[in-house]
Amino acid sequence: MYKTSAQHLSYNFKTLANVMAKATPARSGDYLAGVAASNHLERVAAQYALADVPLKQFLTEALVPYEIDEVTRLIIDEHDNNAFALISHFTVGDFRNWLLSEDATTDKLTALAPGLTPEMVAAVSKIMRLQDLILVAKKCRVITQFRNTIGLENRLSTRLQPNHPTDNAAGVAASIVDGLLYGCGDAVIGINPASDNLEATARLLHLLNDVIERYNIPTQACILAHVTTTIKAIEQNVPVDLVFQSIAGTQKANESFGINLNLLNEAHQAALALKRGTVGHNCMYFETGQGSALSANAHHGLDQQTCEARAYAVARKFKPLLVNTVVGFIGPEYLYDGKQIIRAGLEDHFCGKLLGLPMGCDICYTNHAEADQDDMDLLLSSFAMAGGSFIMGIPGADDVMLNYQSTSFHDALYIRQALGLRPAPEFEAWLIEHDIFNAHNQLKPLTEMPALFKGSLQKLSGASND
Amino acid sequence: MTKGKDLTIAYDPWHPLTQLTPARIALGRAGTSIPTRANLDFQLAHALARDAVHIPLDFDALKQSLYNTGYMSQLLQSQAESQAQYLQRPDYGRCLSKPSIQKLTEQKKITIDIVIVIADGLSSKAIANHALTFLQYLVPSLTKANYQLAPISLVKHGRVAIGDPIAEHYNAPLCITLIGERPGLSSPDSMGIYFTYQAKANISTDADRNCISNIHANGLSYEHALKKLLYLINQAEKLKLSGVALKDETTESNINTNIERFDSTRFHL
Repeated sequence: MYKTSAQHLSYNFKTLANVMAKATPARSGDYLAGVAASNHLERVAAQYALADVPLKQFLTEALVPYEIDEVTRLIIDEHDNNAFALISHFTVGDFRNWLLSEDATTDKLTALAPGLTPEMVAAVSKIMRLQDLILVAKKCRVITQFRNTIGLENRLSTRLQPNHPTDNAAGVAASIVDGLLYGCGDAVIGINPASDNLEATARLLHLLNDVIERYNIPTQACILAHVTTTIKAIEQNVPVDLVFQSIAGTQKANESFGINLNLLNEAHQAALALKRGTVGHNCMYFETGQGSALSANAHHGLDQQTCEARAYAVARKFKPLLVNTVVGFIGPEYLYDGKQIIRAGLEDHFCGKLLGLPMGCDICYTNHAEADQDDMDLLLSSFAMAGGSFIMGIPGADDVMLNYQSTSFHDALYIRQALGLRPAPEFEAWLIEHDIFNAHNQLKPLTEMPALFKGSLQKLSGASND
Repeated sequence: MTKGKDLTIAYDPWHPLTQLTPARIALGRAGTSIPTRANLDFQLAHALARDAVHIPLDFDALKQSLYNTGYMSQLLQSQAESQAQYLQRPDYGRCLSKPSIQKLTEQKKITIDIVIVIADGLSSKAIANHALTFLQYLVPSLTKANYQLAPISLVKHGRVAIGDPIAEHYNAPLCITLIGERPGLSSPDSMGIYFTYQAKANISTDADRNCISNIHANGLSYEHALKKLLYLINQAEKLKLSGVALKDETTESNINTNIERFDSTRFHL
């Protein structure tokens, strides 16, 4: 039983899960799940109660039973007690104070990561303001490598997302040219295929491989098909750089995605064996998002942000190159408006970074959410201030396949200019070498196509006149 | 804004590529930002998509036009009572309302092989523009193969899983749900098809379904969608399952459409 009193009212919360859920800043998905605080006072009362919970409690009171959930087993079995020793005497409230203190340096936070559980970081995030989430995340440094180096200080990478409604090769290629010439694509060139089809996935993988090889681009390719499709592609000797999969924070939710830890491990091993990375071997790309567990009716009475943080335990098991919280994609039943989307994006980034993950954010919204471009500008600006690892780059912010709005190539250039953030160093050198960027992180003025792409433009333009 | 060539922005020399994709490429730039006209074009598209979400589907008109084409249908509703509630409570959108359950249980029991469900989803425009025409491709193929069809269920405020209780009611092994997808800026009327084998309410999950999405004028054609769906139906009956374990391995070569103009040779930039 967790108790607190506020304004002469006393509150009892039966379980740690109740305290966590009711302490969570308001969002539609928790109301949908029936776990949210019923009013403002109850929420603050739960936050007081949560602040007094010893961090050790999270190691003994599993929020989803150990016996029935392999994600809980992963969290508990792989918890590093030595790393945890530094903060094992803290309550959640102490933990917040310490994270904000000068004592919590980048090195200490890096060493602490294996000693933290998702529930601990979710708990502390619930009593933090946006500026706290930004300041602490900025101190975390998570560096990953495949054909370039992602996550260095004052760097921001972009996923070039050249989706096309029918996976048309020329259409995809046109968006890739657009993105590269706007300086995007160092996190990954990643396509969401219109349908999860082995033949189409293989065709697109060959297309991306050809582009990367032909132009010698220091980046990696990914087709965001189901992990079983990618395993089949590997078996057929199709060039696979990164294995993609959507993941969630409970076993049951992962089952609804048709995956489990064994399957992810099989895929990870298969991709590692290809040895296609040049500077490093982080070869997994995961996507997550608050609300996915509830959407599969697999949340076990937890709030959606805690479920989301648990997905990061799954991610870190496989040392990914990229983890992307697709924050506003799921819709208004989970994150209703710009305010909720912005907070969720910064929470996810903070939790992922503390747990040692290379967190990017698909800063996005759908047309049935109460949000618009101004909200995205606010999240983009604060995400970049927090040291976010990567964002999406989509032509004109409009994904013509997935039907939602994310960040554009222009948005990436805006934030580079406003905060002085450069792409991954290997990719930046490539941009400079091919006259796309100058040495000052700026696009060069173009009156004609750079020499590199002249032939391609002619070929592609010819294709459009067929 | 001045007409003609705008001297305040930088144009992209790869503008001819805009022919190849509906994506917003080669927008040019003002500094490094979106030029005024492109920015307003985006806002206009967003306004249209926002409005599309909130325009209700005319179910009576749809029922009438199905009837005129020779298809029997029935009007059902989910537990969501308004569009606002539908948007915030997907759980209501997955269950039939009490009167709708009543309506089904009052029907005589007959043997049904396939249930077809049409739900408004998030774009009434998608259903209004594509459902009837697609059915004119689909239904003759199914009846030719001697499948017994239930009356087509038209469900107001329905989510994808609304097909489950309907298929379960008819004890039908195959469930096909046509639904309005989230409107995109470039495609406010995109329709999706979800296919589930042995659909059961509260038991079937997303992993049990196959999805064919992006059916609209600039997306997947009716013919292509039909071929994919018929393939899934055949395979599902063979393997006794649907979802992630049933891979859509239709190759482009056995689908005769002109969508993929660059299939024969792998495309090089």
